[in-house]
Amino acid sequence: MLITKELVEYVAELSRIKLDEQSAEKMEKELGAIVEYMEVLNKLDTDGVEPLSHVFNITNVMREDEVKESYDRADILKNAPERTDETFVVPKTVE
Amino acid sequence: MEWEIVMGLEVHVELATKTKIFCSCTTEFGGAPNTHCCPVCTGMPGTLPVLNKKVLEYAVKAGLALNCDITRYNKFDRKNYFYPDLPKAYQISQLYLPFARDGHVDLITRSGKEKTVRIHEIHMEEDAGKLIHSAFGDATFPDYNRCGVPLIEIVSEPDFRTSEEVIAYLEKLKTTFEYLGISDCKMQEGSMRADVNLSVRPKGSEEFGTRTEMKNINSFKAIERAIAFESARQIEAIEKGEKIVQETRRWDDNKGKTFAMRSKENAQDYRYFPEPDIPPISIEESTIAEYTAAMPEFAGEKVVRYGEEFGIAKADAEIIAGSKYLAKLFEETVAICNNPKEVRYWIMMQIMYFMNERGVAPEDIKLDPKKFAQFVNIVAADRINKQTGKTVFEAMFFGDDSFDVEAYIKENGLEQVDDSEAIREAVKAIFALNPATVEQYKAGQTKVVGFFVGQVMREMRGKAKPDTVNKVVAEELSKL
Repeated sequence: MLITKELVEYVAELSRIKLDEQSAEKMEKELGAIVEYMEVLNKLDTDGVEPLSHVFNITNVMREDEVKESYDRADILKNAPERTDETFVVPKTVE
Repeated sequence: MEWEIVMGLEVHVELATKTKIFCSCTTEFGGAPNTHCCPVCTGMPGTLPVLNKKVLEYAVKAGLALNCDITRYNKFDRKNYFYPDLPKAYQISQLYLPFARDGHVDLITRSGKEKTVRIHEIHMEEDAGKLIHSAFGDATFPDYNRCGVPLIEIVSEPDFRTSEEVIAYLEKLKTTFEYLGISDCKMQEGSMRADVNLSVRPKGSEEFGTRTEMKNINSFKAIERAIAFESARQIEAIEKGEKIVQETRRWDDNKGKTFAMRSKENAQDYRYFPEPDIPPISIEESTIAEYTAAMPEFAGEKVVRYGEEFGIAKADAEIIAGSKYLAKLFEETVAICNNPKEVRYWIMMQIMYFMNERGVAPEDIKLDPKKFAQFVNIVAADRINKQTGKTVFEAMFFGDDSFDVEAYIKENGLEQVDDSEAIREAVKAIFALNPATVEQYKAGQTKVVGFFVGQVMREMRGKAKPDTVNKVVAEELSKL
């Protein structure tokens, strides 16, 4: 997979990240290097190997449907960069 | 040119579990903003979602009821999208191996048309939070109480041609899930939501047109209007030589129109990948056999049984069995008083009237079958007549727990009078008050008999037994 400037801009847009020209170029280089490094995996012959869906060979890890107390709202909100007493605050998502 | 509408539905149904799909927070509707939340459902780093057993049970039951093949080995996937209604920036859903596939639903529309709609697949996923937008400033306030509430999404094939079929389908899903006890399917509260994929094509054509997806439709009425609007919009555009753009459109119920959502909201590149936090799920044959054996009696089966066992006409049986709550009231009352015809009468005449004219929802009916049966016995024994019965039924239906049928009839002096002499006195009094009408009768105008009967009933304050009134009026008239 080739990392191009267009791809970097596209992923940034999907992630709602504003990138200036300089950062986009930097990202293109760095992400390119990472993906290139991972290319080594493509050298392996994986014919006939079932895709792994979980690292442990386990299934059906589930819990009972029993209500436990939720967290205190103040604790839930406290890491938010912007908040009111009741909710998080984010930039308006409708025009 | 004649056009055909082609529609497929994506229906989201909230499952009525006590807790969320991946954490132990309550799923209760409402609550102060962000008070039904924990680090898992607010997407804090380092948390581990664990699947709720009940979600899988309810989901598989839904799949079986909709005649699907249950995927014995299924798993979750991550659907990535960056929008503040989901704090993790991805939704845990199922793409590659949904738990149910290739089902079908048999429908009968309001106008009596039979139709089979194919189900493409059903998958489990988590609901998103609610966004409250500031009316003034540049701010949106997310409330994550609903975030992580379990959903199943039922994806149909593009088999719908009319809004009548769409509504019959949604009603069928609602009753089926009600009987299964897995969801209350209230469109107004958002526990059942339908997205409609719609395209148009010249009638007879095999090829599909370009479709749009309509979101934000919150009632059966809105669905009909949205389908009418969007199909007309597409036909008009095509006839003007324009191309339909594949896009998501938001239904605005106040304006009665659909609007294209912003292109950013339309960017659909979810970059799905297998969810690494949740181990795969395998469903045992024994589990499927157990759920299949425990399937409740559904509406269609009840309609047949009501006909065979109780002699209830199909149209009435369909209405009663169309709601779990009405069916339960009917069956429990009949079990006590053993008078299905009379129970049917009061459900169809009075309860349906309260539902249609006063907005009573079937799930809100509080009527105790014991009292209903007692009432039916009183009517069947001719102790009150049908007209008085309506008054008593209404008082009983809207009354509280302490309402006592016998006491009410006694206090209000409603018991039917079958005393021929008392009635005869009333008949004579009416004749005396209406000499002109008596003359009309003598002159051969027999239709005035009805007037006399009515006047006597009124005189007796509705309590006289109609048969006796008819008889006595006839006797007295013959003496004239």
